[in-house]
Amino acid sequence: MWSQLILDPNLRWILIGSMFLGLSSGIIGCFAYLRKQSLLGDAVAHSTLPGVALAFMFTGSRAIFGLLIGALCTSLLATFLISYITRQTRLKQDATLGVVLSIFFSIGMLLLTIIQQSSVGNQSGLDRFLFGQSASMIHSDVNTIMMISFILIITCTLFFKEFKLLCFDPEFAKELGFPVVLLDQLIMFLIVVAVVIGIQIVGVVLIVALLITPAVAARYWTDKLHIMLVISAIFGMISGATGTLISSNISNLPTGPVVVLIAVCLFVFSLLFAPKQGLIFKALSRRKVKEKNNNGLDHVARVEVKR
Amino acid sequence: MKNPLKVKNLSVAYEKQEVLKNVTFEIPEGKLIGIIGPNGAGKSTLIKSILGIVPSLTGEVEIYGKPYKEQRKLIGYVPQRESVDWDFPTDVLDVVTMGRYGHLGWFKFPRHQEKKIALDCLKQVGMENFSDRQISQLSGGQQQRVFLARALAQDAQLYFMDEPFAGVDAMTEKTIISLLKHLKDQGKTVLVVHHDLNTVKEYFDWIILLNEEIIMIGETEKVFTKEYLQKTYGGKLMVFDSN
Repeated sequence: MWSQLILDPNLRWILIGSMFLGLSSGIIGCFAYLRKQSLLGDAVAHSTLPGVALAFMFTGSRAIFGLLIGALCTSLLATFLISYITRQTRLKQDATLGVVLSIFFSIGMLLLTIIQQSSVGNQSGLDRFLFGQSASMIHSDVNTIMMISFILIITCTLFFKEFKLLCFDPEFAKELGFPVVLLDQLIMFLIVVAVVIGIQIVGVVLIVALLITPAVAARYWTDKLHIMLVISAIFGMISGATGTLISSNISNLPTGPVVVLIAVCLFVFSLLFAPKQGLIFKALSRRKVKEKNNNGLDHVARVEVKR
Repeated sequence: MKNPLKVKNLSVAYEKQEVLKNVTFEIPEGKLIGIIGPNGAGKSTLIKSILGIVPSLTGEVEIYGKPYKEQRKLIGYVPQRESVDWDFPTDVLDVVTMGRYGHLGWFKFPRHQEKKIALDCLKQVGMENFSDRQISQLSGGQQQRVFLARALAQDAQLYFMDEPFAGVDAMTEKTIISLLKHLKDQGKTVLVVHHDLNTVKEYFDWIILLNEEIIMIGETEKVFTKEYLQKTYGGKLMVFDSN
């Protein structure tokens, strides 16, 4: 039965799209994690919902391009609002994120309900944006995802040293003359883009997990940033593809939760088994060191007794 | 020959509180210059506002007679160790190579040439054997030396250092000061925010006494006196004359 699925050309194309999404998500997710903007990614994701709903209300169609433009608009608006509020009021970033996220998401849910209740809306299937449904994607949707993922990957490669410098030491970057604010906004923009294309497969509620989890898992395997990016991309790819495969096989199962659970499994595996940083390795080395010390002590004790 | 640094009417405010008031001074070339003052005097802020890391309300900065922005390649910077997350996935050589990013410009990846320069700079601070060490495994003194090597890789004429001696062991302190003296011998100028009054006379040719504004600036023997120190520290300081 599984092989039949892979032979289905439509699913094959969706599978490739999911792999590309996971790949690009894994890469930009590393920078989001290192720049400590994971929570911001979550706020961005939740704020895409009203944009998706509004775009549908304006265009009357489920065409993905229009919905993505809507998503992009409201999420960028949310990003600006968050910066503005943090700078101009006493609210710290975490409180601002919580407030903006809740407002946008609530408005989005309200709009979705209105749409569902109208006669056209019943067929909209917009609730797939909450938890993702890769199987409902059409060929052109996948093309959009692949093209945007490709651009994301190229941009991150091009700006690799600039992003690395910015994430590690922004003050030094400023001193060298790099436009730190612009670079920061670029990373933010790439996060928004990754989130917007990701919501079709993983959904608004869980996309941040696909952004962050592969990056955190990858960190356990290496101390070098460029290798971390590669491993994170691979973990993202595996999560996206496997999640799509499983959820397409079971009807009515949304893709998002499956993708995220796979990503989490990879994370737990890394946490336990990674060489040097994994828990099991650390426990074994502690035991080795203890044995070594005990042997040494036994030797000392024996010498004392002899005298 | 223009002086390496000229600052005019530099004022910086932080959240409506003025932290630097109308700072104006000029420093000569080829000297080790200490910036001395109590906590909160604005010493770090002075360096950061000169370098454009922190915005200023007013002020002009000239490096060798030209505006700061045109002369970045002549400047090296050693920030405070705490300004960075040392858990970042990178190794020692990589951090030092970052000092070459200014010369590389946009998009170009550092190649063999840049890594060679970085390794040379690591040798100068005695850390060449640590080049592939993950930075989270470094001690405080080693971290400081890595930052120093990175500034050396910038190949500058004028160096700014923010508390390079803070919390380092005696061995590292000796390494750093001998390196600074070596830079001075090469005709370079070094400005150092310094916290330890006991070593000022030994380390610095000139000092700047700062407490939100310049109290005094000039040669150490003339400026490092009980009178000026009391003025800078506002009577919070006990000065014992050694005979």
